[in-house]
Parts: sequence; C-alpha cells; structure tokens
Amino acid sequence: MAKDTIGYALSAVNKLAGSSLVKKLKLQRPAEKVAYISTRTGFQVVSTTNAKVQQARDFFKPSTVAKGQQVAVLFDPSLSEDQRLIKDTLDRFSSGIIRESAHNADNHASTPDELFQQAAELGMLAYSVSEKYGGYTDTPSTVNNLIIAEALATGDMGIATALLSTISVANILTRWGTEEQKSSWLTPLTQSVGQSESLFATVAINEPSALFNPNKLKTKVTPIDDCYQLSGQKSAVFIGERADFFLVAATSPGGDQNLYIVNSALKGISVEASPAMGLKAAELCTVTFEDVTLPAGALLGDEHFCYQTFIDLTNLAHCSLAIGCGQAVQDYVIQYCNQRIAFGEPVSHRQSVAFMIANIGIELEGMRLLTYRAASRAEQGLPFHREAYLAKVFCSDKAMEIGTNSVQLLGGHGFTKEHPVERWYRDMRSVAILYGLHA
Amino acid sequence: MNFEIPRKFNALINQAQQVAVEVFRPISRKYDVAEHEYPVELDMLASIMDGMNDGDIKGGAGAAKLRQGNDGETSSGVKNGSNMATILGLTELCWGDVGLALSLPRQGLGNAAIAAVANEEQLNRYKNTWAAMAITEPEAGSDSANIKTTAKLDGDAYVINGEKIFITAGDRCDAIVVWASLNKKLGRAAIKSFVIEKGTPGMQLVRLDKKLGIKASDTATIRFDNCRVPKENLLGNPEIDTQKGFGGVMQTFDNTRPVVAAMAVGLARASIELTQTFLKSAGVIADYAAPINNSLSSEAELYRMEADLEAARLLTLKAAWMADNGLPNSKEASMAKAKAGRTANSITLKCAELCSIVGYSESYLLEKWARDSKILDIFEGTQQIQQLIVARRMLGKSSTELK
Repeated sequence: MAKDTIGYALSAVNKLAGSSLVKKLKLQRPAEKVAYISTRTGFQVVSTTNAKVQQARDFFKPSTVAKGQQVAVLFDPSLSEDQRLIKDTLDRFSSGIIRESAHNADNHASTPDELFQQAAELGMLAYSVSEKYGGYTDTPSTVNNLIIAEALATGDMGIATALLSTISVANILTRWGTEEQKSSWLTPLTQSVGQSESLFATVAINEPSALFNPNKLKTKVTPIDDCYQLSGQKSAVFIGERADFFLVAATSPGGDQNLYIVNSALKGISVEASPAMGLKAAELCTVTFEDVTLPAGALLGDEHFCYQTFIDLTNLAHCSLAIGCGQAVQDYVIQYCNQRIAFGEPVSHRQSVAFMIANIGIELEGMRLLTYRAASRAEQGLPFHREAYLAKVFCSDKAMEIGTNSVQLLGGHGFTKEHPVERWYRDMRSVAILYGLHA
Repeated sequence: MNFEIPRKFNALINQAQQVAVEVFRPISRKYDVAEHEYPVELDMLASIMDGMNDGDIKGGAGAAKLRQGNDGETSSGVKNGSNMATILGLTELCWGDVGLALSLPRQGLGNAAIAAVANEEQLNRYKNTWAAMAITEPEAGSDSANIKTTAKLDGDAYVINGEKIFITAGDRCDAIVVWASLNKKLGRAAIKSFVIEKGTPGMQLVRLDKKLGIKASDTATIRFDNCRVPKENLLGNPEIDTQKGFGGVMQTFDNTRPVVAAMAVGLARASIELTQTFLKSAGVIADYAAPINNSLSSEAELYRMEADLEAARLLTLKAAWMADNGLPNSKEASMAKAKAGRTANSITLKCAELCSIVGYSESYLLEKWARDSKILDIFEGTQQIQQLIVARRMLGKSSTELK
C-alpha cells in the first residue's frame, strides 16, 4: 500500500520522536503532542467518514486554501495548532542551541556543521518540500516558511540565514521548478538530508554596486545554441563555499530577469569568502562567473515564473528574519533594563528608557502584522506585491531603529562583545540591503 | 491566519463610506469655518446610524456596542464582532470628517463607557441616550486618578460638585458620563462614573472651546454645583473595591482606544489618497516598482506613509479582534492608539508639505486634516500615556515604579 499523508506525517513524527536532539532540547512534550494529534487523526481515518479523512489530511497542511479558491474567512491573527507546534519546537532549538553558538559563529564567520545536521534532524528542509520529492507536505505554506525563519532568527540571524539558504532554494524549486528540475535538483537535496555528505544550495542575487536594484542586474546570460553563457559577479552569497549549486539571478539579452540553476563545479566559477558588517555566520561570499557555459534546462521554471513575485517572497523572508531578531532584542533589553541599576533604581523606571522599549514593542508588532498579512495573501492566492513591498519598507526602517536602540539601551556595555546587541545591530543593517532567502 | 476584512462587513463599510462621501465631505469645510454651529445635516443621519447599529452584523456597530466579547462564537472559536464592526465603520466615517463623526448622535464616548461598565438595567435605560464623556478637569488631564469632582450620597441621590472640561459633544448630547470620587482619601478605587442627564438642576454649561481642529465637534466646559443625581445612575458597582482599584472605569479605555485609533487610520488614509491624486498630476507614479532607494524621494515618502498607516491599521484591527474574542487587550489597545495617533499626525502634516500650497490652502482639505489629526494623538490618552501603559505591561512595572 502506498504511503498516504498520514503515513508521511507519522514517519515525520517518528523521526522527530527518535531524535536525540529532541531529548536534549526537552522537546518530548511537543513531540508527544504531535504524536497525539497524528494518532487522533489516525483514528479518524479508521472511522472513514470523508470529513474526518479530510481533517486528518490537513494535519501537515496549512489551514488555508489553494490558489484561486477563496472561502469566507474571518480576520484572525492567531497561529493554528500546527503552526504553534512548529514555532514551539523551533523556539527551543533557537534559544537552546542557536543562541549559544551565535557568538562563536559570528567570531569565526561560520556556522558549525552540527547545526546544519541538527536542523536536518528536525526535518526543516523536508517540511517545505512535497512528498513527491522526499518531503512531508503536499501544500507548501508561505506563512509556515516565515514562522520557521522568524523562530530561527530569534536565536541568531546569521545562523538562521545559513540554515535557511538551502531551504530557500527548495522553496523556490518547489514553487517554480519544472518537473525535470525538481527531480534533478530538489529530490537529491532532500535525499541527502541525514547522509554523510548532505547537499547545500543558495541563491545569488546581490551585486557589488551602490543603489543595487534587483530588477536591473549586471550579471548577464546569453543564449548560445541550446545552452547559456553566464557572466558577472555576485556578492553576499550566503554559504557560497558550501553550495553544491546556485540559483543565479541574471539578465537576458531582452532585459528580463530570470533565475538559472548553476552547478558550482562548472568551469569559470570562483568563490571567495567575503565577510560583511554582520550576518557573518551566514558565510558571505563573492561568486564570480566568467563565461560559464550552462546546459539547456538551466533556466528555472517555465512561463509561470514571475521574477517580481520571487523578489517579493525574498523580501518577506528577510522581513521575518528582522522580526525574529527584533524579538530577541525586545526580550534582552527588557531583562537588562529591569536589572541594571542607576541612581538607585532599575533604569527601566525612567520614561526615556521605558518609552524606547515601548516603541520597540509597537514597531515590532507592526513589522509582524505587515509581513504576515502579505504572506497570508500570498498563500490565499491574492495579489500581494504591494503588501510585500510595504512590509519590506517598514521592516527595513524599523529593524535598524530597533537594532540601534538595542545598543543605546545598554550604553557602553552594548558597544562591547560582552552582550549580543552589537551583533544584532550589525545584523539588522542587512535587512534593507540583502536579498537571498525565499519564503 | 488571515488579515483580510471578512466579506460580511462589506455592507457596513459601504454604508459608512456613502455617509462620508455624500454627507460629511460636502459640509466638512462649512463646519470647520462655522465653529460651534450645530450640523443640522446630522440629525437625519441619526436614524441611519441606528440602522447600522442594529443591522445585519451580529451585535451591530457603534460606540454603544463596545463590550468585551464573551457570547456566541463561530465553529473555529474565532469571532469578528461588534468591536471590529465599530472600528471599520468609524474608519470610513473619519475618512470623511473626524469632527462630524464625533458629532454623530448616540455615538459618544459616553456610550462606550456605558457599554463597558453598565449593568443590564442601565444598558436598557440608556440605549437611546446620546452620552458624552467627562473626565478631564482644569487641574487633571492625563492624571485622571487625581480628579477633584466629588460625589456624596445623600438619601436616594448623589450630590456632584466640580468642573469638567474638554467634553466632546458636551453641549449637544442628552447626558454626560461624569467621573467623580466617592471618597478622595481612598484614591482611584473610589472613582465612579455617573450618568447625568442634561437639564438636571445644578449643572451649568460654562463655555465652548475654540480649537485648532475638529471644529465641527463642540467641546464644552460644564460645572456641577450641588447637582443631585439619582442613586441608580451610578454605573456599575457602588462599592469601593480597593483591590480592583481603577479597573472599572479604566475598562472603558481598552475598548475606546482602538476606536480612536480607527479614527486616526481613516483620517490618515484620506490624506494619503488625496496626496496621491495631487502627486499623480505632478507626475509622481509611486507604483511600488523600484526598491525604495531607487525611487523619487516623494515616492519614498508615500511608501513610508503607506507602510506606517498599514501598521497602524493592522494593530487597530488586532486590538479590536482581541476585544471581540474576550482576550485582555490593554497593551494592544494602547499600542494601536500610540501608533495610529502619531502616524495620523505625521502623515497629515507630511501630506500638506508634499502638496505645497495646495496642501496649505483652505481651498482644499489637506490643511484641515493636518489640524484635525493633532487631537487624535492627545484625547483618549496622549501618546505619552499610551507609551507608559505599553511600557509598564512589557516591563512588568506598576504605576508607582514606572511613573
């Protein structure tokens, strides 16, 4: 008998429950809850009424509808039960393991291999990929992808970026890849998870020019016979040295922007570490393409590919990183300012301090609402370009405001590496600047 | 997760938009110039509003319907009820004119106060009463626990003495909800609200204030000299519960702050929309095509204003949603009010600037909106009071620690 959705759900639960990481993170209870839900839904399958089968199928499925299929839904900013489970699980991973590794990862400008393995163990890549290509879900969810990104960034934005790079490529292939591209590139990615040599991939968009505009790329692709020739330079490419393949954004002779799947082993590609102000754990690289010949089939997707939508979903992913980091800032400055004594009382008793914290809370909530509104529209098949654009505008400004205020609130201490706020300050600068992840 | 407005509110939003376009906008400047003149056009609206309140939305809309939700719900357990209906309607009305919206009969903040703390008998008794709200005194504004107006029980009536200022619709209303202290030694716990009907002996209109904006709305000063109010007009519980403290009367604000935030959202949207029209005729497209730093600076200003407005709007909806679903929303209500109040003010001022003389001239409404918006960052709790409330909640501080 072929494995159905319940089967996939159970196998996911099983992997999760058996993971040593789960025990280490004290995740048994959430894992048991997953087990409980799947058992419950399992029982419902046995009772075989259609409605209940559907309910069971919904377990690993976002609670929204497919494109073009609108139903009457109420305004509801709350997370669904499965979304809360994802968040709870990753929050523990984030606060327990990512946060502890963040200082050294920043210092060494590298994310430890174990973290990639642990992320794989938690099934993060498989969560966004459909069953057919080795994942758990048959309806990938933009909102869930953002919940994952936000939760990871609460631990550390740089590490989150490193961990999310390959997942972003999987999200893009899932959304736009042709059948052939999915089996050639996506399936190997998911199959390599947990193997000794797991595969990495990343998106290359940024270029080293002032006023960089992703809609006017200097990296060029020229069709030659059945193939393509790629030339140009990409900067701030996340995990560039690890990547087994890239998705490169480039301009065609007609002036259109597209993505090309580029095997990193091809002739004419050079990769060089190129650290920036922050996001150091994301292992930023400069990748140079000198007349690289790409095979036929390298052009991602077909006529359904929309570069602007790709950029919108990229922006939303970076917004959710900013939200996660903003949450980390908020939690940290509340604790610090309540403990730090000046003039005989906690500094948080001063309005000048307290109001800065109130504004972090207010703007952070605004960032979250703008970002998730755009994502939920995307998921419902509604137009979302304007919403994603405004989310990006808002998050870019407010992320840096929160970042700079986090250092200010700690005063001189905030300026030193004794506290994480100086790292968040550097990381938050990237929100307005970098492209490369994808929801 | 869904942030779109449910279709069931379309009729209400459309109705309110019709009122804004067809009734408010044409007389907006008239009552800005003729301060304190009664907008007679609004009388005919009262019945329309009543229709809206009792319309097909379960629970209806309007100030008199604001209550923390705890009744029926949908199968998913989530409700979009009267708090949401009210803010959606009011956003549209204030897109038309804030001063006129504040002058709509039976939509006063006093009605919201009655809805929040009255018992069933009182709710019924005052259902057709237009009630204004009187908290502020010459010596007590934001520090509303420090009011000096007193209420002494004498037989079957309370005797009220004191002076109240900044009473919105204080001249036009049928009754005023007055905050007064039963015993000043017992502090904020002794502050109760009383419904005082117009014409009660001992109640005197002292003057109407001239203002920077919202001139269509009358703002009254009223003095109470041994004004006898029937005992049963005290809203809620007459006992002084020092444990509960300010709770009773302050409850009102958790429901009304999102309402004022909604007014700010409507006004700011009006200002942005008109500015977009004027800028378009000046050749500014603002179509979200290029990244913000690759756009004209006027386009970038528009984008930033739109983003701020969207944040304010969603914060407001969330606070109302929490009230509809019976969730404590004090922090979120204040977040919405803080964000929307300051955003409406900065947006309307920036719009006036971007439109140059057109924005500054009385020939258009942008300059009026830039004046009207200032009050939205002040009444129902100033920006600074909202930040105090938010900060205390976030930091876990009492009002004696974080002053």
